Amino acid sequence: MSDLTEIPFDSGDAAPGSEALNSHEAGGGIQGYLIGLFLATALTIGSFYIGATDWVWAPSIPVALIVLAIAQMGVHIVFFLHITTGPDNTNNVLALAFGIMIVAFVLFGSIWIMHHLNHNMAATGAMMMRGMP
Amino acid sequence: MSSAPPIDAPRAPKPEDPYRLGHRAGGHGHGHGHGGHEATGHGEGGPASKWTITAFGFWIFLLSDIVMFSAFFAAYAVLAQSTAGGPTGRELFDLKGVAIETACLLASSFTCGLGSIATYKKNVLWTEIWLLVTGLLGFAFVALEFHEFAHMIAEGAGPQRSGFLSAFFALVGCHGLHVSVGLLWLGTMMAQVWIKGFRPPILRRLLCFNLFWHALDIIWVGVFTIVYLIGSGV
Amino acid sequence: MLGKLDWSAIPFDQPIPLIAAAGTMVILGAVLVWVTVKGHWPYLWHEWITSVDHKRIGVMYIILGAVMLLRGFADAIMMRTQQAMAIHGPGYLPPEHYNQIFTAHGTIMIFFGAMPLVIGLMNFVVPLQLGVRDVAFPTLNSTGFWLTATGALLVNISLVVGEFARTGWLPYPPLSEATYTPGVGVDYYLWAIQISGVGTLTTGVNLVTTILKMRAPGMSYLRMPMFCWTSLASNLLIIAAFPVLTATLAMLTLDRYLGFHFFTNDAGGNMMMFVNLIWVWGHPEVYILVLPAFGIFSEVFSTFSGKPLFGYRSMVAATLFICIVSFMVWLHHFFTMGAGADVNAAFGIATSIIAVGTGVKIYNWLFTMYGGRVRFATPMMWSLGFMVTFVIGGMTGVMLAVPPADFMLHNSMFLVAHFHNVIIGGVVFGVFAGITYWFPKAFGFRLHEGWGHAAFWFTMAGFVIVFGSLYVTGFQGMTRRLQHIEVEEWRPWLYLSVAGIGVMIIGAFCQIMQLVVSIRDREKLRDVTGDPWDGRTLEWWTLSPPPHFNFAVLPDVHGEEAYWTMKERAFDMEQLAPEPKYEPIHMPKNSPTGFVTAFFATLIGFALIWHIWWLAILGFIGAYATFVVFAWRNEDEYVVEVDELVEAERERRAARAQWFGLGNPA
Repeated sequence: MSDLTEIPFDSGDAAPGSEALNSHEAGGGIQGYLIGLFLATALTIGSFYIGATDWVWAPSIPVALIVLAIAQMGVHIVFFLHITTGPDNTNNVLALAFGIMIVAFVLFGSIWIMHHLNHNMAATGAMMMRGMP
Repeated sequence: MSSAPPIDAPRAPKPEDPYRLGHRAGGHGHGHGHGGHEATGHGEGGPASKWTITAFGFWIFLLSDIVMFSAFFAAYAVLAQSTAGGPTGRELFDLKGVAIETACLLASSFTCGLGSIATYKKNVLWTEIWLLVTGLLGFAFVALEFHEFAHMIAEGAGPQRSGFLSAFFALVGCHGLHVSVGLLWLGTMMAQVWIKGFRPPILRRLLCFNLFWHALDIIWVGVFTIVYLIGSGV
Repeated sequence: MLGKLDWSAIPFDQPIPLIAAAGTMVILGAVLVWVTVKGHWPYLWHEWITSVDHKRIGVMYIILGAVMLLRGFADAIMMRTQQAMAIHGPGYLPPEHYNQIFTAHGTIMIFFGAMPLVIGLMNFVVPLQLGVRDVAFPTLNSTGFWLTATGALLVNISLVVGEFARTGWLPYPPLSEATYTPGVGVDYYLWAIQISGVGTLTTGVNLVTTILKMRAPGMSYLRMPMFCWTSLASNLLIIAAFPVLTATLAMLTLDRYLGFHFFTNDAGGNMMMFVNLIWVWGHPEVYILVLPAFGIFSEVFSTFSGKPLFGYRSMVAATLFICIVSFMVWLHHFFTMGAGADVNAAFGIATSIIAVGTGVKIYNWLFTMYGGRVRFATPMMWSLGFMVTFVIGGMTGVMLAVPPADFMLHNSMFLVAHFHNVIIGGVVFGVFAGITYWFPKAFGFRLHEGWGHAAFWFTMAGFVIVFGSLYVTGFQGMTRRLQHIEVEEWRPWLYLSVAGIGVMIIGAFCQIMQLVVSIRDREKLRDVTGDPWDGRTLEWWTLSPPPHFNFAVLPDVHGEEAYWTMKERAFDMEQLAPEPKYEPIHMPKNSPTGFVTAFFATLIGFALIWHIWWLAILGFIGAYATFVVFAWRNEDEYVVEVDELVEAERERRAARAQWFGLGNPA
């Protein structure tokens, strides 16, 4: 019970996260993990660094941080989870897209709605406390 | 109360009914059929393999888990300013500790991938070694987080202090809980690989574990960016 | 030792719950004694409790759902009679008891009535329609069912041990916070829903994976039956929405148990965030329930009109459209809570737009019937009843979707009438249609048509009377959840609604009689063909009831209506397709994992509700041990030998040949 053939490959239908050592995709093999590690480390250092310096115009730092975070998530998805744009990955990508869409609905919808509720109802939270020591 | 017509009436197609069984008006493609019934039956090859099914199912589960985190993120975003006069993120967060935690988790994600390659090459020893390293790094992460939490609570900045801290502890704690459960799973996996070897179900579980572990790292990217970096006063 | 639990938890001073509980226990005890005396335990254990067969699990889901539907109906009867008796008076239910009843009614009907019924039908039908042998994760399926049962059990335990929540079916803070509701009622709610929610999530993962990855050869996406499409959409919504429910209730739990400040009105908590997050789940939830019902109606209209579904592709598009837009409308549940005009307008428009998708479906069903030879069997009656009532429910929904109108109608009986209009007229009628439609497939005999028609007419009439009058009281300004009533004008309408519920009781009685009579006359109603309705999808291809492996050989799908195409081909060639090559197949072994997990989940839930911490820890250790034991199995499958397959397939071919009038195929 120890043969490579136990990991089957459906033609045209890849399992998410499967190693793909023989293909030519960017995220394959140990090289892929090394590239991923390098990119992720660089992006992490970048994130921690721009907050501590004045390289970036201060009000734009949160936006820059979010951009870096999204880039790093992409690096993880491609190089560690082996999700690609190949035709055998369509289902995986579609599922991911659906998940991202729902996350976006939940996050932005909640923030938008709650901001309005707070604003219109003059909630106890942010507005009254802001002036306090 | 009308009684139903005879249900299993004999198959006697009435010629005037274009939808009756056996009717062949104008050849093929009646109704809506774009597929047409001449298309080969083997266009799609039937059920996928267990390997693909298991991995895809787990992938779906992970997406639902990420949706759950998005609710905690949303709550944190709403409550981030509701400090109720208590300490703010800027006063509480120790970015050096967070950087070490991040390094641990990123490194563990990498070693987890190396373990996956060892599994692919059917090397039990290296699979176990890399899983152990992954686990130790993960444990270091949890220990650091636990230390941070204990420190904050000791300072009087526990989750009962304010809405902001409630949301902080719940979001970061939920991630920490996931890592802890992952460690328990990892230990179980190591025992299975050691005793049972690379049976097909165990290979599938290893794949799921790898997916889980990488996903936790992705969520951590969101946590350290939104909670710690943005929250510590930029 | 026992946390907060002591003798004061039993409501000795309240006769109604005590008598109800005593009656339930007597019935339950009698059943248990009967099973023991007759020696049915080994059968039940091996064939049902530990079964991982999707058909058995589906049937158990439906039984659970039907029992809970009756339980919730009893609550409804009490609410209607209380309101009719409490005009200028106290009625017979004290307020704290009445509040528990309307909370339990909503909770039970949605989570333990409608959800198990819908999930049960999907579980039973989807693998058969896809032409495969089981769902993707059979043991997980069993676990999901038993976790749902655990939730139902906890809710019903609350009847006698402690109390149930008095907060309404969605426990809005700050009322549900520990400060204002210190008892165990809300805790019962929280843990019951959390545990059953995990079960629902596993179902979602399971069925999405099944539909996307396991289909018979040749069944491309656009050849899937409509019910599979709507099930896919519904389960996608489950995996997207239920995690939000889990997170939201976890936050409330943290507030109550550990003094967090998510939703409190001090220390920076924000109670409106609960309302926001719970409806992020709550709105998709109604589509989780109604989309599979739409699928059932599509199958029924097409089968009983003897025509392919009109506009199949537009139906698929409308389903996916509803699936996505249902996630963009949740604010319409709290228009009045103070969002600005822009937010309200955006969500109001999105809500109105979602009606377009449903409208497409209504027209498709109408055109499916047009020109067809419509047979008025019981499933068709429910579907026609649905079409009439759902249009009204949908239009009142569009009225509520207009923010200025909603400011008038919010929280009124009009709203109550509206959502019962869509949920009974849509989901419950759909489930009844589905049960009568697929019952012969599950048990091998049809349900009695006369009692079925009677059940339909009484239920329909009662339903129109009850909620017609509640619409009127809504226009007269009556708000929901009133324990007693001081307005004389509402009196006739409240009396009328009690009369209506009397008619609905007759309808429910007819349903039970239908079952009893059908079982008695089962030989007369026997379906030997496997295809009693002249069906069009693959579940009718196999025997009734199907063999445990469903299909000896996976069907080869040509064209959009897989089974119909086969029938046409056989009719043309005047013979069946040639006998296939048989190969031994692997089937998943039965496993007690689900039942044992649910046992520990019950312990954990009960312990956490009553703060019995040691028991909770014990439960978690037990659950983990179950997981490890499950993971350690060496053999999780058994082989079905060719002999058994050949026997089943020959029987099927003989039945089919007889059905076609082709003589013995041999």
